[in-house]
Amino acid sequence: MSNYIIRRIISVLPTLIGVTFVIFMFQRLIPGDPAVAMLGEHATEESIERLREQFGLNRPLFLDREALADGDLAGFFDSQYVRYMKRLFSLDMGESIHRRIPVAETLAIRFPATIELALLSMFIAIIIGIPVGIISAAKRNSAIDSISMVGSLVGVSMPIFWLGLMEIMLFAVLMQWLPAGGRLGTGIEIKPITNLYLVDSLLMGNFQAFKDVFAHIIMPAIALATIPMGIIARMTRSSMLDVLQEDYVRTARAKGLGRGLVLFRHALKNASLPVVTIIGLQMGTLLAGAVLTETIFSWPGIGRWVYDGILGRDYPIVQGGTLVIALVFVGVNFFVDIMYALLDPRIRYD
Amino acid sequence: MTSLLEIKNLKTRFFTADGVVKAVNDVSYSMESGEILGIVGESGCGKSVHALSIMQLIPDPPGKITNGEVLFEGRNLLDLDERDMRKVRGRDIAMIFQDPMTSLNPVFTVGYQIVEALRLHNDMTKKEARKRAGELLTLVGIPGAETRLDDYPHQFSGGMRQRAMIAMGLSCEPKLLIADEPTTALDVTIQAQIVDLVKKLQQELGMAIMWITHDLGVVAEMAERINVMYAGSIIERGKVRNIYKKTRHPYTMGLLGSLPRLDDSPGTKLASVPGLPPDLLALPEGCAFAARCAYRNDHCLAEKPPLVEIDGPDHIVACWRWEEIAGINKNE
Repeated sequence: MSNYIIRRIISVLPTLIGVTFVIFMFQRLIPGDPAVAMLGEHATEESIERLREQFGLNRPLFLDREALADGDLAGFFDSQYVRYMKRLFSLDMGESIHRRIPVAETLAIRFPATIELALLSMFIAIIIGIPVGIISAAKRNSAIDSISMVGSLVGVSMPIFWLGLMEIMLFAVLMQWLPAGGRLGTGIEIKPITNLYLVDSLLMGNFQAFKDVFAHIIMPAIALATIPMGIIARMTRSSMLDVLQEDYVRTARAKGLGRGLVLFRHALKNASLPVVTIIGLQMGTLLAGAVLTETIFSWPGIGRWVYDGILGRDYPIVQGGTLVIALVFVGVNFFVDIMYALLDPRIRYD
Repeated sequence: MTSLLEIKNLKTRFFTADGVVKAVNDVSYSMESGEILGIVGESGCGKSVHALSIMQLIPDPPGKITNGEVLFEGRNLLDLDERDMRKVRGRDIAMIFQDPMTSLNPVFTVGYQIVEALRLHNDMTKKEARKRAGELLTLVGIPGAETRLDDYPHQFSGGMRQRAMIAMGLSCEPKLLIADEPTTALDVTIQAQIVDLVKKLQQELGMAIMWITHDLGVVAEMAERINVMYAGSIIERGKVRNIYKKTRHPYTMGLLGSLPRLDDSPGTKLASVPGLPPDLLALPEGCAFAARCAYRNDHCLAEKPPLVEIDGPDHIVACWRWEEIAGINKNE
């Protein structure tokens, strides 16, 4: 098993390098000189040159062959890409052009907000989607099956923004049960430890704060959860139906195992591989869907921040945000690979 | 004395979109403790479905047992609720299946799957069950049983998987072991090993075995009595010697005629039973075999022949013309 994990880690490395490479190239492909963009059209030649020097924009993109010809090995590697990577390793992602705030600093606050929302949504989607799928498969063609499958179809096809607006109208405006947006009510203090406020409030032992955080997060989380929930339920159902036809399920019953054990122990573990794949893919979709949800619910996550960055051509923000989302994708896929091996011994021993 | 297993007028139906499939039709017979009974017939004749009906493992829907009694030690299993039936499965009656490649769960170790069966029916700690599972693997001839317990099914060969299935089946010392074509998916040499193993285990442990197969050669070696099934019904039944030497049903004769013999001269064509089994959706009025039978007459087409005793309970046949066939059987 540890062998397998090491091999997976090694195979993730090229992907990570590829991600940084693409994001780095993206910066260079934007037309125009970044130094001019930063200083404005009326800057002097001299100050532009100074800025280019300062940010290393006068260096070659990848490797300096001229320096190598001069025998200068340090100069050979002193390229824009290497400098960029060095800065990344020290968590320096540049500053927002408009606000002059370091991108890393904003990310440290906004990224946990998005992750918290995505994780809670996925949690809701899983704890409802998987049991619904199992029950539908176990009671195939029954009324329960039809209702839950129609329900999941509705969940998959409902636009997030519409559901979000309906939630706000119903629970925030009409009933006034829940706040319409934001992450935290006024007057509630949270000491940032993980920056996942649900976790932090619990760590503080402050249940008042936990309740407030929960009231803020539950509506966007549900809006975001409906699509993955429907997809997970349908995938679980079809995967379980396949597995329930298998000979080993009959063997398990012939042993005298009860229906529950057959379903949840013998069938579910086999049926879970495609479900885990879908959950991994949906995690990516959740981050993309977060842009809409965060906009509707004024959620201070990276989705809305990157969206604003794109509109304002604030490239360091777009790059930083893209990099983090790409890393989450790579991380989730790595996690899915590990889950595969835990669930299916045949993968472990390949 | 009550028999170990007595089946009376068992009928199993599958209610499909195309109509009602009459898979098992009025099957009655009994089995004694410690007996080896062979059930023989070609594919789709209801052998496996009738065995699954005994275990109540028919996929429902679409399958249903519509009539009959399955008396196990005098108790009708069809009257039991699911909870009580679960206690019978694995403990009183165990079953092993045709394809060992797919019958073991690929994501659990072999040891886990045996231990699970042991702990389900016995009051055992994990440690005791594991020890017993190791003994069982040794019993079925898997070397290095202790370490192989932690292997997954894909690390076993086909023959070893079937041995592991047998170990699992025997784990709770059942009174009856139903073996549903356990050698069909295996190589010929492995088939012989499995047959020898089951015979040996039967002598040691003394359980009754129902051996379902389409291989008349194997069953002659093992069984004391044979049921020949056709289109969901028993058409000939009796002691092995009677079935092989005093065959009275044209279908059984056809099956025996299709066996290769060592004393055939080279180049002899094997006889086959012409035609196909009848559609179980629409069984004919008369004898189900009549359409393929060389001896049929109008009576055969009009009326279904009942099972009649021709040599007491040791030989029973369902054919209108068994007396005439007695005169032409070459095997005698």
